[in-house]
Amino acid sequence: MKTIFKSIFLFLITTTFIVSCAPSEKKGNSNKGAIAGNAAEKVYVAPGEHDSHYAFISGGFSGQLSVYGLPSGRLFRVIPVFSQDPEKGYGYSEETKPMLMTSHGFIPWGDSHHPDISQTNGSVDGRWVFINENNTPRIARISLETFETEEIIEIPNSAGNHSSSYVTENSEYVVAGTRFAIPYPQKDMPISEMKGNFKGALSFLKIDQETGHMNIDFQIMMPGFNYDKAHPGRNKSSDWFFFTTYNTEESHTLMEVNASQNDKDYIAAINWKKIAEYVANGGGKKVPANYAHNIWDDDKHMATTTMKKEVLIVEPKEVPGAIYFLPTAKSPHGCDVDPTGEYIIGSGKLAASMTIHSFSKMIKAIEDKAFDGDAYGIPIIKYEAVNYGAVAPGAGLGPLHTEFDSRGNAYTTFFISSEVVKWNIKDLKVVDRHPVYYSVGHLMIPGGNSRTPDDKYLVAMNKITKDRYLPTGPEVCQSAQLFDISGDKMELLLDFPTIGEPHYAAGIAAEKIASKSKKIFRLADNTHPYAVKSEAETRVVREGKNVHIYMSMIRSHFSPDNIEGVKVGDKVYFHVTNLEQDYDVPHGIAMIGANTSELLVMPGRTTTFTWEPKQVGVWPFYCTDFCSALHQEMQGYVRVSAKGSNVPISYTLDGDIPGKEDDL
Amino acid sequence: MKKSKILMIIGSFLLLGLFVFPLWNITLEAPQYPIPLGMNIHINKFTDMNEFDIKNINLMNHYVGMQYIPETIPEFKIFPVVIGIMSILGMLIGFIGKHKWFLGWFILMSVLGIAGMYDFYLWEYDYGHNLDPKAIMKFTNPDGSIMGFQPPLLGSKDILNFTAHSYPMTGAWFMFTGMLMTFIAFLVGKKEAKQRINDEERT
Repeated sequence: MKTIFKSIFLFLITTTFIVSCAPSEKKGNSNKGAIAGNAAEKVYVAPGEHDSHYAFISGGFSGQLSVYGLPSGRLFRVIPVFSQDPEKGYGYSEETKPMLMTSHGFIPWGDSHHPDISQTNGSVDGRWVFINENNTPRIARISLETFETEEIIEIPNSAGNHSSSYVTENSEYVVAGTRFAIPYPQKDMPISEMKGNFKGALSFLKIDQETGHMNIDFQIMMPGFNYDKAHPGRNKSSDWFFFTTYNTEESHTLMEVNASQNDKDYIAAINWKKIAEYVANGGGKKVPANYAHNIWDDDKHMATTTMKKEVLIVEPKEVPGAIYFLPTAKSPHGCDVDPTGEYIIGSGKLAASMTIHSFSKMIKAIEDKAFDGDAYGIPIIKYEAVNYGAVAPGAGLGPLHTEFDSRGNAYTTFFISSEVVKWNIKDLKVVDRHPVYYSVGHLMIPGGNSRTPDDKYLVAMNKITKDRYLPTGPEVCQSAQLFDISGDKMELLLDFPTIGEPHYAAGIAAEKIASKSKKIFRLADNTHPYAVKSEAETRVVREGKNVHIYMSMIRSHFSPDNIEGVKVGDKVYFHVTNLEQDYDVPHGIAMIGANTSELLVMPGRTTTFTWEPKQVGVWPFYCTDFCSALHQEMQGYVRVSAKGSNVPISYTLDGDIPGKEDDL
Repeated sequence: MKKSKILMIIGSFLLLGLFVFPLWNITLEAPQYPIPLGMNIHINKFTDMNEFDIKNINLMNHYVGMQYIPETIPEFKIFPVVIGIMSILGMLIGFIGKHKWFLGWFILMSVLGIAGMYDFYLWEYDYGHNLDPKAIMKFTNPDGSIMGFQPPLLGSKDILNFTAHSYPMTGAWFMFTGMLMTFIAFLVGKKEAKQRINDEERT
């Protein structure tokens, strides 16, 4: 009870702080600042001009990943990842449904969190974006040639996949850590017996450098804390991975209070290279598991699901000298490593100060065995032996996440005091601060979590907008705010709304991606089993109750466009190939009464939807994407006869079997 | 070897550039084609300027009832033979070195070139005027006649929403340069002959 009162007291103080300070600062900075600094000019990208950077912003509870341009803040695309997207047919078409398969069956929704771009030599390289799903633990890989999800792998023995999906310096591994400790292996047991019996698996997924394919190389079965965020070491610390923990109390109820009792939780420091070597030499134990691995094939234009039945487990005690705990101020969220790899920053979200650890001190402490006991056999390094310092109390309240520029500065978001604070990493002094509107979670500097920050812009991602935009009823957008950080002072340039909740983001210079962006899929490379390469190949085939329509689309007609012989009770497969080989000429298709979404078919691609007609009649289908001047005419009919009718299958285009006349 | 002979031989040899480089190019520009559509015409084939351009030109043109650009035309059999023979012939004449023959070769080549251009014009005319009666969009000229879509023989021309450009390409420049050299070879040869007569008179 006492603690509840304490919490309420703290909340009141905090609220007072926000109410008394923030509004007065808001006027000064958001209005005058923008005009005085000529912000409009800095974000203006003239019609036809291109932005200088891509920003990949998490769609949060939308389950997707959004693609914005910087500095304009224009939304280019929402990439469907963990949720169905009827606009694109993702998760509806027969080919994409396997992408959303899990060991729990088909799941139409996910909670996407932390996009991270693949790296080479510690710099973002623009090959892939990885992003984690928190709810049903999964990691997705998105191609930056097609801007489509190419792979999703489920993470077994995990729950609340939150300290994920960060990549090592040469994209050797992407990690997936457990936020909600769970029994391992899962079993029926009293919740109250959690302590000591739950585990928190940290998974290391090896990335194939050619294909990008992910494979769970090993899972470290850590004590049952909550592993919140993570960051790979950089440069000199690149053999290590760091994970923040909270709920080291191992409580299981009223956790806002009970998980907030310890003054210090830990950052887990893991020498992943050492464990990878151990595993490569036959270490670890293979145990039964059941998890889905979904891979998209750009030639077959379809995804396949493989259920994997085994995973390799490493117990921390098997690899002595590989895992340590670094005491870190209260329930740290962000776990960030500066570009040199020396400073490891734990943002104690319930503390007023930030803990900065030193990598070289850590190595020395390990050599000197400067330990302060252990937790479940994992040595706890003495705080003084590893700590470099703290950013002074008063820097802000509720630090969450830090990224870096190339000039020795760190930029940290403070959720409770709603601000971004710039501070010098070496002397730990605050250099500048700027309010944000409101309650900022994460921030992003393109390359700001790599060795080589591309540090002109900073994007702050806010959880609450209240009065910042025109109201849209009770549900209002969350938003991003763009800062120019090239000068001594941060300058607020722009507000722009985001989709879902912008948990986290990754940014990259446009030139690293734009030129290799795919324009079309080559028809000649299409190996989809139901593809057609020309109108002459289009046809309708009955196989019992299943009717397969091999259909093509090209400006501005379907082939065939008159189909007869379909009966009530049939299952009709529309396998539709877009024969176009021109940039930006997708066609869509929708069938009246089909219990699914439309399809949007890119040039050269084959996609399938199914229709089970329930009523006799003549039913139209049409192109849903305005493709050409004759788009309105791009339509056709299917005749549906009664069950048992003897109308034969027939299919025509302009009165003939397709392919009789010239076609493309 | 005499300068005129060298010029004649090299000039004729340059014709062979037509086997490597395209002769002509037709490019179609429109606002929605920031990268224009284009077709290269070689002496033995049509090729895309960018991959799939011909397919996309055909798609555009079907709206106004134009025929598809054929995979091949009879000229693609004839042109390589003619160019091959003319080149070898030119080089032989060069070795023999009679400057009047140089002029003869040049005139023959010019006639063949003009014939080629006329043939090209006829194909273009048919391509632009022989329209499908079931064309989706039919356009008429102010005088009521059916509008044709013939690309220009040389130069640029607005056709509906497209601007069509028709210009010689590298292969043609090789040919023009080669032909110019053979003409120069004739002039030089003539001068050389005069010089020789003068020299003979002096001695």
